[in-house]
Amino acid sequence: MATPLSQSIIKLHEERHDLEDYQSGVPRWCTGCGDNAILAAVQRLCRDENLAPEKTVFVSGIGCSSRFPHYMKTYGFHGIHGRAFPIAEGVKMARPDLNVFVNTGDGDCCSIGAAHWIHALRYNMNMTVILHDNHVYGLTKKQASPTSPVGLKSNTTPRGSVLEPLNPLTVTLGVANVSFVAQAVDWIPELMYEIVSKAFHHRGFSFIRVIQRCPEFLPKMFEPWLHDPSKTLLLTHDNGLQPSADLGRIYKNQRAHDPLDIHRAREIASSEDPIPVGILYQDPKVPCYEDLRGAGKPRTVEAVRKGLDAEFDKFTIWPDEQGQERAA
Amino acid sequence: MSETAQLDRQAQAKAGAATRAKPAVNLPEHIVEVISDSGEGAQRCGQSLASIAARSGNGIWTVEIIPAEIQPPARSVAGASGIRIRIGSKEVTNGGDETDLAVAFNEQVLLGRVRAGELKPGATILLESIWREHRDPAIVKSYNDTLAALTKSGFRVVEMPLEKECRALMTDARRGKNMFVLGMLCSIYSFDLQLARDQVALTFGKKDRSVIETNVKLLEAGFAWGEANLDFKYAIPATKSNVAQVVTNGNTAIALGVLASGMDICAMYPITPATSASHYLSECFEKVGGMVHQAEDEIAACAFAIGASYAGRCAVTITSGPGYALKQEGIGLAVMAEIPLVVVNVQRGGPSTGQPTKVEQGDLLTSVYGSHGDAPKVVMAVSGIEDCFYSMITARKIAETFNMVVVVLSDASLATAQAPFPRPTFSEEWLAPPVDQSPIPEGAKPYDWDAVTGIARRFSPGQPGGMHTVTGLAHDRMSKVAYDPQTNEEGLRARSLKLAALQKTLKTPPVFGDPEGDLLVVGWGSTKGVIEESVERMRAEGLKVSALHLRFIQPLPSGIGEILRRFRKVIAVEGGWGDRLEDELIDADNRRYTALAMMLRSRYLVDVDCWSEARGQPIKPGNVVKALRAKLDEGK
Ligand SMILES: Cc1ncc(C[n+]2csc(CCOP(=O)(O)OP(=O)(O)O)c2C)c(N)n1
Ligand code: SF4
Ligand SMILES: [Mg+2]
Repeated sequence: MATPLSQSIIKLHEERHDLEDYQSGVPRWCTGCGDNAILAAVQRLCRDENLAPEKTVFVSGIGCSSRFPHYMKTYGFHGIHGRAFPIAEGVKMARPDLNVFVNTGDGDCCSIGAAHWIHALRYNMNMTVILHDNHVYGLTKKQASPTSPVGLKSNTTPRGSVLEPLNPLTVTLGVANVSFVAQAVDWIPELMYEIVSKAFHHRGFSFIRVIQRCPEFLPKMFEPWLHDPSKTLLLTHDNGLQPSADLGRIYKNQRAHDPLDIHRAREIASSEDPIPVGILYQDPKVPCYEDLRGAGKPRTVEAVRKGLDAEFDKFTIWPDEQGQERAA
Repeated sequence: MSETAQLDRQAQAKAGAATRAKPAVNLPEHIVEVISDSGEGAQRCGQSLASIAARSGNGIWTVEIIPAEIQPPARSVAGASGIRIRIGSKEVTNGGDETDLAVAFNEQVLLGRVRAGELKPGATILLESIWREHRDPAIVKSYNDTLAALTKSGFRVVEMPLEKECRALMTDARRGKNMFVLGMLCSIYSFDLQLARDQVALTFGKKDRSVIETNVKLLEAGFAWGEANLDFKYAIPATKSNVAQVVTNGNTAIALGVLASGMDICAMYPITPATSASHYLSECFEKVGGMVHQAEDEIAACAFAIGASYAGRCAVTITSGPGYALKQEGIGLAVMAEIPLVVVNVQRGGPSTGQPTKVEQGDLLTSVYGSHGDAPKVVMAVSGIEDCFYSMITARKIAETFNMVVVVLSDASLATAQAPFPRPTFSEEWLAPPVDQSPIPEGAKPYDWDAVTGIARRFSPGQPGGMHTVTGLAHDRMSKVAYDPQTNEEGLRARSLKLAALQKTLKTPPVFGDPEGDLLVVGWGSTKGVIEESVERMRAEGLKVSALHLRFIQPLPSGIGEILRRFRKVIAVEGGWGDRLEDELIDADNRRYTALAMMLRSRYLVDVDCWSEARGQPIKPGNVVKALRAKLDEGK
């Protein structure tokens, strides 16, 4: 079929990107680490959306998962432990034209960065956020994290962790201005891609919790879920996921869930077993902080000159009468 | 008072300066303070008086008297709220010594000031007399006893029926007292009544006409009362400036400086005494395309500013001591990743919550050496109101030229002190250039550290071909994480060299007084005016004393060592703690010197002594003179 001329012209100007255009270096994660699957899904998304690498920024904190930006051939900001959110917010406020992604671990987000996490939800800035939840501190070599299950033996809890884990989904769903909450598991790449894509297209703070395997420190943690598909609950909806027929044959435990229904979302979110996978909540109407604050408005020299003069006028003592009139 | 008499007085007052009954005594300067319970408007009264004085061409300096609590109990010694205004014939650079004339709304707040030694012996006190007839006999007794005691200790106490007089003009007399007092002070200091009326109109400009009219009436009544009832009158001769002047406090000047510097984003978390800068900025920043982000805490504010700087133009975060402590990890990140950042620290008494509303110069060392690891950053200290403005422009420029963190130190005294300075003329050069979005040439490296200066060109998101990940981890020129010994030292060297590169561009600060002599006084920050005035007083006696004031403390400009060595003795005068040799356990081996003294000693190997006060009050020149005299006499 012949391509209309106008379209071929556009194509000439528009650079198409391949996967390699987003790949940087060889990830240093352990073999079998769930972070690899997340990276693959995200690189695929960048390619499919043809994101300009120079207009895309990945921001992270510190942890195994926060190494993520180094493996993207985009701009990246590998920050400090717990502070990925405020850094990303600053980036977005200064440059709303950039595609902003955040990669954070369960320690990074739910422990040291917890205050920022709550407020990031409230700011609802347009960014795609992936919580790499491996239920443990990986980089610092196996300490309990806020999402570790009761009884988890780790280097700081040798006789088993004693506290109930924090549920990142119910927490996010309890915060004012929450606009997008989803859950994925690293071992179903097709759904992970779908979810990341939905999150990317949501305008607002899109929060995805990915249940991520850490074969190094918790090799058996998710075995039961891997072996028994009925322990995974697929959330389906016209506005949510529509799993392929192949996938549907394996994961028969499905439930239609309208992402607009926050009460149902909260109920689903509290289930640890089966693990819900899909879009729990989405409200496209929540305003973004950067819009409310007028980010990206052009700033001219003239505006500054005028603004500054007007401010000075408020405090000026003029040497002569004529000046006083000017001030009035 | 009969109605006709009152009308008469008003007419007199309207005629203003023309009907002066008493001859005014000429004074070179006077320090006046107005003190009340908080919420009675003493500060507004004093600020208006300061503006009227400045408009008349006088030099002024105001010092706010702020209780730590928002609503301390009424009539309490600790609750004194108000303002001190030093009015001079010439430029005034500091709050000066003790008060010459105090206006007090009750005897308790007055006692607070007397006990703190803030009033000159024999000072004039104008005291509200309503308490004499209070229902509560305890209050009456307290009033009478205080009055007697003050008179006995030599103060000239004049009672004024403030509330009674105001009641004739408004129902809630308590709220009108301050403007009545303003009128009275204008009479005492022979200020032009019309100028005062204009000032009242300006002060209440946002309110409706009737509010302005009532306040003008109060002002006129106060003026008339002063003319009719006081047997003293002063004039402080002034020369009107022939250039436009702006009168603001230090925090407003900082905010104006942010506006003028071309920075777009200020991220902050409320903390006294820094917050008012952000309040004012919130008011005006958006009009020129900027924004103030109130973050969830100081850690977030710092990280937000770093993110904004990284992706756009240099951002600023404004805070005070405890908030500065929280920003330290973020500052380390900005140093390591070489992201420009301006951090303003309006210092207050510390450590911990310390004295939130009071002045102290306690954060110098944490600014120079803080964060963690080797984290070279620029530290500047503002020395006056005008400097608050220009330092923000300089700080932004340095931050972006060298991709460094610039810490600007101000303090609680400058935050609220008002003084005029020549109105700045806007220059396009103040502004930051637009964010570079040009393509990065092939082969260029994000950290291509210059062999001599350590400076590397920064790549900003949006620049094609410049993609890389900045990191707080040790990294190589490609911004790749690197742990090898050589790369680690390469990075450390480059980041350190940038300070030297900046240092080479700094001018040696000028010596105030002769370039050599018996004693050199070194200071930094808000103490400039006090130190120079003290030195001036001693030089007038023929003593060979000079002063050196440092605006840049990290890096220290060249030539300072030579200056120090040209004096027989050197002493640092600072508003922070330094151990005192009078204390039994303190000796040369364990003495903790004040911050600047410590830095100067270690850098120049000169025996720099120190004298300091950390009383939460601006240092008085009289105290400095005493200390300097003692230093001069030492060993004699
Ligand atoms: C201020 C600070 N405290 C502690 C650390 C040490 N630290 C680095 S990563 C980490 C936890 C990482 O766990 P998580 O966020 O779950 O990431 P993961 O490694 O599991 O992906 C800790 C405690 C640090 N880098 N900075
Ligand atoms: S320690 Fe765990 S989380 Fe970290 S890279 Fe290895 S497998 Fe992944
Ligand atoms: Mg983890």
